[in-house]
This record gives sequence, C-alpha cells and structure tokens, in this order.
Amino acid sequence: MPWWLPASFALSLILLLVGGALLALGLTAGGLDLFDNLGQPYLWRVVWFTLWQAALSTFLSVGLAVPLARALARRQFLGRGLMLRLFSLSLVIPVIVAIFGIVAVHGRRGWVNDGLELLGFSGTHYLYGLGGILIGHTFFNMPFVARVLLQALEGVPPESWRVASQYGLRSRDVFRLIEWPALRTVLPGVAGLVFMLCFTSFAVVLTLGGGPKATTLEVAVYQALRFDFDLGRAVTLALVQLIFCGGIVLALLRLSLPGSLNLTEGRVYERPDRAGWTGRLWDGAVIVFAMLLVLLPLAAVALAGFNPTAASVLAEPRVWRAVWQSLVIALSSASLALLLGGALLISSRILRHRLLRFRAAARLELSASLILVVPPFVLATGLFVLLRPFADVFALGLPLVILVNALMALPFVVRFLGGPMMEEAQKHDRLCQSLGIAGWTRLRLIEWPNLRRPVALALAVAATLSLGDLGVIALFGSQDFATLPLLLYRAMGGFRMAEAAVIAALLSLLCLLLFLAIEFGLGRLCFHARQRRVGHA
Amino acid sequence: MLEVSDLTFRYEDLTMVFDLSVVRGECLALLGPSGGGKSTLLNLIAGFEKPLSGRIMIDGRDVTALSPAERPVTSLFQEHNLFAHLSVAQNVGLGLDPGLRLGPAERETVRQALVRVELTDLEHRLPAQLSGGQRQRVALARSLVRRRPLLLLDEPFSALDPGLRLGMLDLVDRLRREQGLTVVLVSHNPQDALRIAARTAFLSEGRILAQGPTENLLSGTEPAALRMFLGTSQSGSGDG
Repeated sequence: MPWWLPASFALSLILLLVGGALLALGLTAGGLDLFDNLGQPYLWRVVWFTLWQAALSTFLSVGLAVPLARALARRQFLGRGLMLRLFSLSLVIPVIVAIFGIVAVHGRRGWVNDGLELLGFSGTHYLYGLGGILIGHTFFNMPFVARVLLQALEGVPPESWRVASQYGLRSRDVFRLIEWPALRTVLPGVAGLVFMLCFTSFAVVLTLGGGPKATTLEVAVYQALRFDFDLGRAVTLALVQLIFCGGIVLALLRLSLPGSLNLTEGRVYERPDRAGWTGRLWDGAVIVFAMLLVLLPLAAVALAGFNPTAASVLAEPRVWRAVWQSLVIALSSASLALLLGGALLISSRILRHRLLRFRAAARLELSASLILVVPPFVLATGLFVLLRPFADVFALGLPLVILVNALMALPFVVRFLGGPMMEEAQKHDRLCQSLGIAGWTRLRLIEWPNLRRPVALALAVAATLSLGDLGVIALFGSQDFATLPLLLYRAMGGFRMAEAAVIAALLSLLCLLLFLAIEFGLGRLCFHARQRRVGHA
Repeated sequence: MLEVSDLTFRYEDLTMVFDLSVVRGECLALLGPSGGGKSTLLNLIAGFEKPLSGRIMIDGRDVTALSPAERPVTSLFQEHNLFAHLSVAQNVGLGLDPGLRLGPAERETVRQALVRVELTDLEHRLPAQLSGGQRQRVALARSLVRRRPLLLLDEPFSALDPGLRLGMLDLVDRLRREQGLTVVLVSHNPQDALRIAARTAFLSEGRILAQGPTENLLSGTEPAALRMFLGTSQSGSGDG
C-alpha cells in the first residue's frame, strides 16, 4: 500500500465537505448583493460585539488564571489535588450542562440572588447579556489557562528557587524575574487559543446572551437560518466569520502553542516567597474566588438533578428517544473521527519515520484542525445551502450532524493518538519492516495490542465530546430529531428548570458512563488477554 | 557473498561512500567512532535507508531496490528487537510467518531454535519477564528460524554486562559456524572484534579508512584516525 493512500482518503473526505460547503457559500454570495449585506450596520454591530466579548473573556480568563496559577504553585493545602481534578472537569463536562449550573447559581432565581435576599438585599439581574457570556467563558477557560500556566510554573528548575532564597528575592521580584519569564513562553499561545474559542463560541452565547443585543457571528448565522430563513444574511455572516477565523488561526500559528496538557499534580518546591502573610491572604482569596466560580455551578448540577420531577421526566419517551439518537450520533461521529485521524496519522508517520520529511508530516497533521478555520456553523451553512436543492435538509440532519461532529473531534483524536503512534513506530517500525510484517497483519498483531489504550482514550474523548455537544444539532434539530443537549436547551429556554435539572444530570451521567465504558472496555480486554498468556507458562 | 560497491548516502552535510566485500561464512566487524557511518552502512545493507547511488549484491543478486523483508538478511538491533506484548514463542514464530499462522511443525522449529540459544521452557514468558541477555537470545533464535544467510548485528550486546557480552559473542560465533551464517557486526568496542571477527573494517566520517585481519589492523599504526579511536595516538589530538 502506498504511503499516501490513507491520508488521501481522509483528506479528500475532509476537503470534499469543507470545499463543497465553501464553494456553495461562495456561489450563493455571488448571486447575492453582498455589498448591500456588508453595508448593513447590524452586521458590523455583530462583528464588533463578537470581538469585544472575546477580548473581554480572554482578558478575564487570563487575568484570573495568572494569580490563581501563582497561588496554586506556591501553596500546598488539603484538597489541592481534588480542586485541580474538579477544574479539569469543567473542560470535559458538556457545555450546556455547565450552563445549566451557571444559571442555577447566577440566574434570577439562583443561589446568589437567594443569598442576597436572605441578607435583606434585593435580587439583581446580571446573568443574561454580556455579563452571562463573560461568566460562562471564564468558567470554561479560566481553569484551562490556569492549568497550562501552573504547568509552566512547575517547569521552573528548582535551582532557580535556591538562587532566589539565597539572594532574598521578594515576592514581586520572584514574579518579575522567575515566574513571568516562565509564563511568557506559554501565555500568547494559550491566550490566542482562548480568544479563538470565545470568538466562535456558540452554546454560551446562545443561552446566556439573552437577545439580539448580545449576539456573536456564530449565533447570528444560526438565527438567520433557523428563525428568519434569511439565506443572504447567513452566507454573508458566515463569510465574514470565515475571514476573521482564518486571520486568527494564522496569527495563532505564529504564536507558541501550549504543550500537551498532562493531568498529574505537580510538586511544590520550597520557594522563598511563601511565608509573608499578605501573600497568604491574597493567595487564599484568589483560590476561594476561583473555587466559587468553578465549583458552585458543578455542585448545582449535581444537587439539582435529584428533584421530584425526575420520575415523570424519565418516563417520557422523547427523553429516551433523545438518549438513543445522542448515542448513535456520538458513536458514529467518534468512529468516523478515529478513522480519519488514524488514516492521517498512518501516512504522516511514514513521512516522519521512513521519508524523514518532518515538515510535510506536521502539515498533514495540522490539516486535522481545519475545523478551527472553518467553524462548524460556517460548514453547516455551506452544506445546508449545497444540499437544499437536492433534498429536504432537515431529513439529512442526522448524517450532517455526524459529519460535523466528527470533524470537530478530529483535532483531539490526532492529538491523543499522534504521540503513541509515533512512539510505536520508533520502537517497532524497523523490526516490522525487517520481518515483513505489514498491512492488516501489522495492524492486528502489532499496532492494535500496543495502541488499544490510546485508541480507546481517543474514541472515548471524541464520543463524549459529541454526546454533550450543542452545536449544529440546534440548526438541524426537529420534533423527532433531538439530542439530549438540545432537549436540555429547550427546557431551559422554556424556563422548565426542574425538568432541565433532571436532563442535565442524565446527560452528565451518560457522558461519564460512555467514557468509562469505552475506555475500560477496551483497556480491560487487553489486560485479560495478557493475563491468560502468562498463566500458561 | 556481500558486495557493496560505490554506495553513496547523504546525512545532513556528511556524504558517505562505501565499498565493502564479505566472504561467505566469515564474520566481519565494523569498528569506528559514533557518527562515523557504521550503523548507516548496516541500515543500507538491511534496506532501511535508500542509497543515492551504488549497488548492493548479496549472493550474486542485486538487492539494492528490494524492501527490507525481501532481502536475504536478518538484523539484530541494540534494543526493541522483541514485541513486548507477544510471548517468547510468538516473537520467534514471527520469523517463520509474519502473520503468526503456525502449525505443529513450525512450533517445533521454534522450540528447537530456543534450545539452540540455551533458552528452554521460557516459551510462554513475555519479554518483560526476561533479562537483557535472554531477550537478545530470543532475537537470535528468531534470526535462526528465518534462515537468512546474512546476519547483521548493530551493537546488540553493548548494553549487557562484560561477561554476558562475551558469552553472547561466543554464542553468535558458534551459531555462525553451525549454520554457515555470514555475520557483519557493528561495534565501538575493539574487544568484540578481537573475540569473534577474523576481519575488521574501520569506518570514520563516512568512509572505510582501513580493513584487514583484525589483529593486524588493531595493532597497526595507520591511519591516524584509527590511533585516535583506539586511544594509542602518541601526539594526542594534534594530527586530525
């Protein structure tokens, strides 16, 4: 088999989808009065707001994460490990579930307002609008940034602390001379990534934006298609977003990207700046604030699910139909993402290890992240326009959602599988070549036994992501076609909070079970097989 | 038996040119400093690297364009010779059939090969349960069942203790004589060459600078790079 065959298969599918969508957008735009659309003040208001909220969200997330990472780096306290673990939960929990938690804490009838009223103050509306968007984005991004920064701080060589102690550096000298240089290498990359995520964020803005005043490009595309059916406006918005995203990604590629996120707790070195008690107070306050911000919504999700409506909600057939459809979408898109990612990596591995063309290999791997340049809604709009003349687009909802979700999971698959696959080749490629183990035999005898753990992890992550995603399903969903995240969104939109709580708990549980089932299912099988062979001896 | 003529290869800014000939049944050692091209030459013979020009003949057949598995060659590396998830018997069995479809006769062949390398009753162990020397014996057993006339050893024993290393070299020497193998051994240790190789070639900076009977070569005074390598140079680093 020629080395380029797997990658060509994957790339042609990706390019066919993306290219087809872009072509359709371009052709439609040609038939529209694009300049008329571009001249509308509405459009530029949306562009401005999108940039503004992304900049503010980035500023808040990073601005909080820097003192938090610093506090975590120099304090050791009971529950620190647990806190870090719960922080990574905010990365994997379905976005819409976390939003439910945020509403339960910060909404009009939420915990914060209840608390204020208990103390005799009158409650305030601060959630819907820019405030809600910022709370949401900070909730999702601040813990991620803090982890990346903490890792950078823990990478500071211990000798630096010895020198700092010896020369009596004060806390702010330590920051200026030791910590800031360590942070500066990762900050541009991680801030750029957060900006990008907030720029294209959909579910947070849709649910917490609270109206046309606080709309981003991604949500405006959805509204134009779903409610106004204004194809011209949707295409114009999609093209504008495409241009901005392309620009941001180009800028991002020039910045340093954060290294791989490892999920272990770091050691705390003996640092000279831990004793001062103003520092202690400040660090304590930062940690408590971050905990409240992140942990309260998670607690709300966990607690609210147990309510008296649970039995009646769980008895509804539409809920179980949504469970079934969610699982079908999650498993199909995860398998497709694995297939595409595996194909890309098989080719890039040969480029890397046998042909020594590292740059070409890196470029091939980067093509998996195309979905960052062409956001899901741009893709969905393009496919929508493309297929409209041929078929009932809503009838094509299922395959379209699967395809878009697969492309969204693809960068993660490549990231989780890439390292182990390259390592595997490093160990065994020459041996396999010399023994003539190739093709399916190699896949079955060598790759599968060695790679089933990372494969299981990649598949589990992809499936969980897809299961919890509220994205293009919002565009294609209907009465008969809905996933659990969409049901949850609808329940929250109708202010049926008790029902929403049950669905949020159900969805979280389902994500957890699916993740464990895939990861342990494959991992354990391997374990047994090995045990049996050893037992023979 | 092995004829390497005008073989050129480029790695970064070092251009290498090799000419070498090995007689059937002999053991040739390739000595030289690291980065000098020993392993590259071995990789070219095994087919892991493609030369820019030149020709490799084995048993009178031009193998330059063949893939590693098609060449009448078996390689033994310093590490990663075994698949950690397969048992000893399976690892050896791969030498008989790369798909591991083994009948009773093949399984018996595997067992006998393991006896040859003095590993009995370890068939069902995993590589992790073996010592470093035992692991290299398994790899040797596999190269026996493959029945390829040319055995290429790329410093396969340099990670072992001195005594164990000499024992493994003696085992290779015995197998060579019993099976009529031709052996090319890459090493940076002159003792390895003295122990089992009748002839030695000295490589440095991508060329074979000298070759001849091992003892003559190692006791000689030419070329200067060889004296530097052996540490017998009188004038230190003066004459590079």
